[in-house]
Amino acid sequence: MERELSYVEAIREATDQEMDRDPSVLVFGLDVDDPKAIQGTTRGLLEKFGPDRVFSTPLSEDAMTGVAIGLALGGMRPIHVHIRMDFLLLAMNQLVNIAAKSRYMYGGQVQLPIVVRSMIGKSWGQGAQHSQGLYSFFMHVPGLKVVAPTTPYDAKGCLIHAIRDNDPVIYVEHRILHFQKGPVPESLYASAPGKARIAVTGSDVTLVGISHMQIECLRAQRYLETIGIQAEVIDPIWLQPLDIETIAESVHKTGRLCVVDNDWISCGAGSEIVAAVLERVQDTRAIQVKRLGFAPVTCPPTPTLEDLYYPNGRTIAAAVRKLVTGAKDAWLPEECAELREIEFKGPF
Amino acid sequence: MNERFYKSLYRIRRVEEEIAAVYPTDKIKSPVHLSIGQEAVAVGVCEALEKNDIVFGTYRSHALYLAKGGDLRKMIAELYGKVTGSAKGKGGSMHLIDVEAGAMGASAVVGTTIPHAAGYALAMKFQKKPTVVVSFFGDGAVDEGVFHETMNFAALKALPIIFVCENNFYAIHTHQLRRQKLDNICDKARSYGMTAKQIPNNDIFSIYEQVSAAAARLRDGAPGPFFFECLTYRLKEHVGPSEDYHLGYRTREEAEPWISNDSMTKLAAQIEPGRRKQIDAVVDTEIRDAFEFAEASAFPSAEELFTDVYGS
Repeated sequence: MERELSYVEAIREATDQEMDRDPSVLVFGLDVDDPKAIQGTTRGLLEKFGPDRVFSTPLSEDAMTGVAIGLALGGMRPIHVHIRMDFLLLAMNQLVNIAAKSRYMYGGQVQLPIVVRSMIGKSWGQGAQHSQGLYSFFMHVPGLKVVAPTTPYDAKGCLIHAIRDNDPVIYVEHRILHFQKGPVPESLYASAPGKARIAVTGSDVTLVGISHMQIECLRAQRYLETIGIQAEVIDPIWLQPLDIETIAESVHKTGRLCVVDNDWISCGAGSEIVAAVLERVQDTRAIQVKRLGFAPVTCPPTPTLEDLYYPNGRTIAAAVRKLVTGAKDAWLPEECAELREIEFKGPF
Repeated sequence: MNERFYKSLYRIRRVEEEIAAVYPTDKIKSPVHLSIGQEAVAVGVCEALEKNDIVFGTYRSHALYLAKGGDLRKMIAELYGKVTGSAKGKGGSMHLIDVEAGAMGASAVVGTTIPHAAGYALAMKFQKKPTVVVSFFGDGAVDEGVFHETMNFAALKALPIIFVCENNFYAIHTHQLRRQKLDNICDKARSYGMTAKQIPNNDIFSIYEQVSAAAARLRDGAPGPFFFECLTYRLKEHVGPSEDYHLGYRTREEAEPWISNDSMTKLAAQIEPGRRKQIDAVVDTEIRDAFEFAEASAFPSAEELFTDVYGS
């Protein structure tokens, strides 16, 4: 039987194994060495690798990102951890003006192998500043790579690749994905950039879900199945570079594309995917497209409003049904209890 | 020592005067922030360092790059936007780098490289290398949050780093005292738990001696950081080849003491005229060669637009 790990354990194991393999890898960020160990993702690393390679930092996102850059210039491979993606806004100068540009503006003389881990929060009243999925900011800037794994298998493989990559990688986690369990090989394996996964095959519509929205898309796929609509669900995994070919090929087959973003729609990753697919398929067939994402407001903490703020399996299914059938009625599937917890079963 | 210092100061001064002379022809396709007047700081510090030591600078880094041993031909070619430049024409005057010489790159955004120097110093400490890292920045950077964040972290980790604040009193055209309530930058550094000293006279020997002592202590394993505020003065405009006293934000009278106290002029007077002529001739030939090299070099080819974005 295949070994199962949680997403958290997969991150922890990838870090542990890479630190074992390469003494230049180190982990730092506020509280990486505290008893909670960043939800467990850094548990045991301090004891095994010592305080020179695993250390907490002052609350100085700007300078500490610059320190990561300096460490990389000095031959290290730092992993800088932020417990919320919202806090990356304090590090934008270093990430956008330096990390992204150094290789280019220094004519290829330097490289910056840096991993920036950050988490998107949701629910339990996370509210305005603990819930943002800001990955599109980074997708916009040449020189950065962006990955948002959704399965424990990819959480491990993509982190291993990110650590070994010689460019800065923004590694996006989602707090709810942390609880996912799935098959994870014990061996070291790297999931290379630019390869999406077709999670479920289907013929009527291509459904792309980013980060946690991948799970909501898997739920939607099951709801749609009950009314005879076969959705092909794709997980892009890497957002920069983006495997647009796999998505475009699927849309070429289905003729319909719905992208569900874990972010606002405007100028987001979903908008980018829709536009890039259209450019590729418009000469060969007409397609219908739909973008879903956060409501265009600040995330409210109260549960009744928060439920409306996020797309979910049922609302996605309703939007896709409209796209596929042209129906105008307000159909919404009955909530199905067994779909509340979808775990990744694999194999992949 | 006098001759060595003089040669380095004269070389930097002459390079920048040549840049200023060529600038109106539009052959230099890069905004230039000249160091003229401030060279003693870069030379005094870099003469106190070893080849393997590392410096990080600002967009006003021509002097630092050259003082640390950066390649002159590559620098001029970079200003001309040529493929033979230090960054193949993709960096320009504000992003000079010569990794081999330990000049690790400069940034156009004020204060940005201060934490890079700290990170590099942390890497050296981790690797148990005797490298000394020096972070150059101006009084304007002291206004930035990243300065304070880095001072705190560098002191906390006792990093083998020397901070050199080149205080030329102006952030573009705004005086330090219109930006900071207190004029004592060293007190700010001390408040983070490091020793700090002001070197007020833009004197190359004072700078050299004090930075040498600090570097020696770091090499002996003494805990860092060390902080120096070097008062100095920019004689040209913030950006560009000309003077700017006509703008009215400062007066020529304010500049006079700095001009009469200029380290290069004072050192020149101490060297026997015949010997000085020889030194000048060697430098002038090297500079002529560098500009000819830049003129003769090719612009980058179209393919270069897309290289160096990612490593893989």
